[in-house]
Amino acid sequence: MNAINERPAASAAAAASSIAAQPRAGESAGTERVLVTLTVGGQLCGVPVGAVRDVLDAQKIARIPLAPPEVAGSLNLRGRIVTAIDLARRLRLPPPPPAQAGARMSVVVELAGELYSLLVDGVGEVMTLPERLFEENPPTLDACWRGVSDGVYRLESVLLVLLDVGRLLDLGAPARAATA
Amino acid sequence: MDDLLPDFLTETNEGLAEIDTALVALERNPGDAATLQLIFRLVHTIKGTCGFLGLGRLERVAHATETVLGRFRDGALAVSPGAVTQVLRGIDAIKLIVTALERTRREPEGEDSALIADLEACAEGRLPMLAAASGPTPGPTPGPATGVAPDAVPDAVAGCASEPAPKPAPEPVPSPTPAKPAAAPPPEAPAADPAPANAGATDTVAAVGAQTIRVHVDVAEDLMTLVSELVLTRNQLLQLAREQDGAPFTVPLQRLSHITSDLQEGVMKLRMQPIGNAWNKLPRLVRDLARETGKKIELVMRGADTELDRQVLELIKDPLTHMVRNCADHGLEPTEARLAAGKPETGRITLDAFHEGGHIIIEIADDGRGLSTQRIREKALVQGLASEAQLAAMSETEIQQFIFRPGFSTAPAITAVSGRGVGMDVVRANVQRIGGSIELRSAAGRGTAVTIKIPLTLAIVSALIVAAGGERFAIPQIGVLELVRASGGSAARVECINGAAVLRLRDRLLPLVDLAALLGLADPARETDPAHERFIVVTQVGTSIFGIIVDRVFDTEEIVVKPVAPILRHVALFSGNTILGDGSVIMILDPNGIARAVGTQAGRSTTAAEAEERVPAGIESSARLALLLFRAGGAEPKAVPLGLVARLEDIPRERIERIDGRFVTQYRGQLMPLVPFAEGFAATAAAELPVRQPVLVFADRERVMGLMVDAIDDVLEDRLRLELGAARPGFLGSAVVGGRATDVIDVGHHLARAFPDWWGQGGIGADSQGGGTQRPRILVVEDSAFFRALLGPLLVASGYEVVAAETPRHALALRERGFRPDLIVSDIEMPEMDGFAFAEAVRASGAWADLPLVALTSRAGAADMARGRAAGFTDYVAKFDRQAVLAAIAGALALGAEGHEGEGQQDGMMAETDA
Repeated sequence: MNAINERPAASAAAAASSIAAQPRAGESAGTERVLVTLTVGGQLCGVPVGAVRDVLDAQKIARIPLAPPEVAGSLNLRGRIVTAIDLARRLRLPPPPPAQAGARMSVVVELAGELYSLLVDGVGEVMTLPERLFEENPPTLDACWRGVSDGVYRLESVLLVLLDVGRLLDLGAPARAATA
Repeated sequence: MDDLLPDFLTETNEGLAEIDTALVALERNPGDAATLQLIFRLVHTIKGTCGFLGLGRLERVAHATETVLGRFRDGALAVSPGAVTQVLRGIDAIKLIVTALERTRREPEGEDSALIADLEACAEGRLPMLAAASGPTPGPTPGPATGVAPDAVPDAVAGCASEPAPKPAPEPVPSPTPAKPAAAPPPEAPAADPAPANAGATDTVAAVGAQTIRVHVDVAEDLMTLVSELVLTRNQLLQLAREQDGAPFTVPLQRLSHITSDLQEGVMKLRMQPIGNAWNKLPRLVRDLARETGKKIELVMRGADTELDRQVLELIKDPLTHMVRNCADHGLEPTEARLAAGKPETGRITLDAFHEGGHIIIEIADDGRGLSTQRIREKALVQGLASEAQLAAMSETEIQQFIFRPGFSTAPAITAVSGRGVGMDVVRANVQRIGGSIELRSAAGRGTAVTIKIPLTLAIVSALIVAAGGERFAIPQIGVLELVRASGGSAARVECINGAAVLRLRDRLLPLVDLAALLGLADPARETDPAHERFIVVTQVGTSIFGIIVDRVFDTEEIVVKPVAPILRHVALFSGNTILGDGSVIMILDPNGIARAVGTQAGRSTTAAEAEERVPAGIESSARLALLLFRAGGAEPKAVPLGLVARLEDIPRERIERIDGRFVTQYRGQLMPLVPFAEGFAATAAAELPVRQPVLVFADRERVMGLMVDAIDDVLEDRLRLELGAARPGFLGSAVVGGRATDVIDVGHHLARAFPDWWGQGGIGADSQGGGTQRPRILVVEDSAFFRALLGPLLVASGYEVVAAETPRHALALRERGFRPDLIVSDIEMPEMDGFAFAEAVRASGAWADLPLVALTSRAGAADMARGRAAGFTDYVAKFDRQAVLAAIAGALALGAEGHEGEGQQDGMMAETDA
């Protein structure tokens, strides 16, 4: 991992510590969510920790011809074939500079018995976030993001977008929008 | 029966072991309906099976036992220790007979009337207390036997009780009391059967049943997966070892490698079954066919013990049966013709199976008349499959391949005796699906031989590793014929005809497909460089031979085929992916997919965009449809979509019976109603039927009906453009088929005549609707080919344009391509993704989010409807109710029209933001 990846991760860590510094009184409301935080295109996002199987450093990724554009390729995770999804592309973010593109980390998630890797710029800490910080997606959020996000957490310094793994991996919707 | 006996014994012993435990549990907890049900079912199974195997004595005892259990179940008899004891006695008698069966493979002689009487009395509520109490010395034991029995009995009982069921023995606490007196019945059995029971001393007890254990398929599959992983890891290690000279672990690694190979082989064996298992129904089939056709047929089967993966075996069963049927029906000529041709009177069908280099080869041959190349040529011409000039250039073998085309059949063949399935195209599709290939050779007058080459297993294949466009790919070895190196200087040179690449290979031109271009990896600079060195993988799929241009060829490697992730399934060019020895992931090319690409492109190199354009497999348009032409109730031709017809039969008059004013015939073990095409015809007696009655057989699930017609004429592929006529019952309308005005029949109408409930309370005739210039476009998502074929013409006839998708995934793929129907009709029960999930996917996002969506289902309860509405369906109708289906579609379309304008704008906006 290089410095470029560490920066967002550090900010995630800072956000996490700022949460931890707050009094825990208000958290009795119950529904906490444990998220693995990650950054993509400078945006802090989170996926439920339960969906995550592994976090990997930059991997050798084999291209898959004719695959949907969001599919970066496939990689070998200890003998299992994992399909890599270019998260930036999936979320309609501008592609990272080529120098960084090869150094992206993988958040390996499982859906219906299959493993997928989400290529991200950096992976932060695992955070436990209380319900009171949660808010529905603002209506101004890009339709593509609304399609894959369940809502937003108001962290002290930044906002964290909660991503839904199932909808992230349903490539049908954005592919269509791209052709429309 | 001999084949079935070991299975029966294994199963029965397992059942008996379970019964012991369950009965004891039942006694402790008499109200336990589930346990009772289990016991009843087990005994019932034993009874049913032995009836089937002709084991009369066993069946009688099992029947009496079952009766008591049935009374328990109905609550007519209390579960008392006394009654349970009687049941246990019955069970013990069963065990004893089973033990003898294991030893001698024959049911022992004997008499169980006393036991049966006791059981019957027990069932009637009169407990034979005496028998229960004085178990060990029962009255009915004939005198002379007592001397022998005491020795033989404990042995036999102990043997069978402890052997199949080691576990239950120590566990049940209250059981010994009722269970032990159950030793009572044995004296009766050996009494009459002392000799065999004794003779088969304990050392031979490990007879028929004990040699096999039954393992759940999942266990074997999991084991296979693990071994596959192990093989991969081994390959990786070997690769590492190769890179480091003199590594200390080389020797142990070699051993590990050997053991892994042996293990792999062993686990493969677990899944292996002799191909004879797929053949065992054939002798009977051939015998029946011989009788029906009046031919003399000899079936020779060689290599029945050749083993192959059970998964492959299952998939190959039906195509084999179909081909043998073809041989007997069409291949072999009638006896007189054979004699006239100077051939032996008895026709011969030969089945051969053998292994060859990781594949199994199955050959089905007959010594009949062979294929008539002339007739195929004519037919191909009529159907527009090839031009006169093309045909002239074709070799005999190439012309014969036309019989693999969908809907292709030579006319006499189709009217010939007995059933004809949908055709050789289906056989070929099935074989190709499992990575196999099929070849046909035929010599006029000498016979036809079909050779099928299939991989032994689907899990591990040998593949050639190639590189194209900077990526590596695996090509399964099975289709690879040879490798040719092509460069500017060498003899082999890639030439171009108007952009189509070809290679002169010996005496023929080989069409070429550029893999990099096909996969969208083309590098324009490389394209134009003629001196660039390239390799051509000459590949055969069926009989089409083509070359795949690649940049480099590496070695061959044993690879473990892993299915591709679901989000990549629509890419038809890949059959899977794998991990190579060096740990990299590569895609496995599907030669069949490439062949299709080559076929449609006629050798023209494809760009990625074009490849994307191609409609995915399983999408049919209402454009061309194979139609079966026949005559019935008049001289004018009638047509029905061939896809709807299950078989064509020619039934001898004497086999048609008349029951309750309706014609029926015995067909494949069930009664098939025969419906005369013309309704007024129904009064005629069977005697007035033609000597051989041509019948179109329609089948859906278990239901089969036959439509009696005058003559079956032809199969044509044509555009089905229905002109709606006056609503005549039984007709969808008329169309021009093969240049003649033809009535297209409404199969649904005739199905309803055979089974009034086939369509529920469905009405007759199609609602005409639409009629405007713009025909509404309907996407039908339905996995059953039958219903697709049925619904298609109905909707076309009702004024809609129809596009069908086999699965929701195909449908969603269409969405990605920008296809937009006016309405979607979807089945609910579909594999992989059901209708609810599909509706949710459609509603969630995308261009179809606001389309009217109608669910068609065979289940239309209130709860289902609620669930359907929740998932996003506009309407939810029973698929058998055609009137309701049409009404729902019309209603949903009317609703959908309201929202149209706003949505158009939205689309426009989206396009803008994307641009």
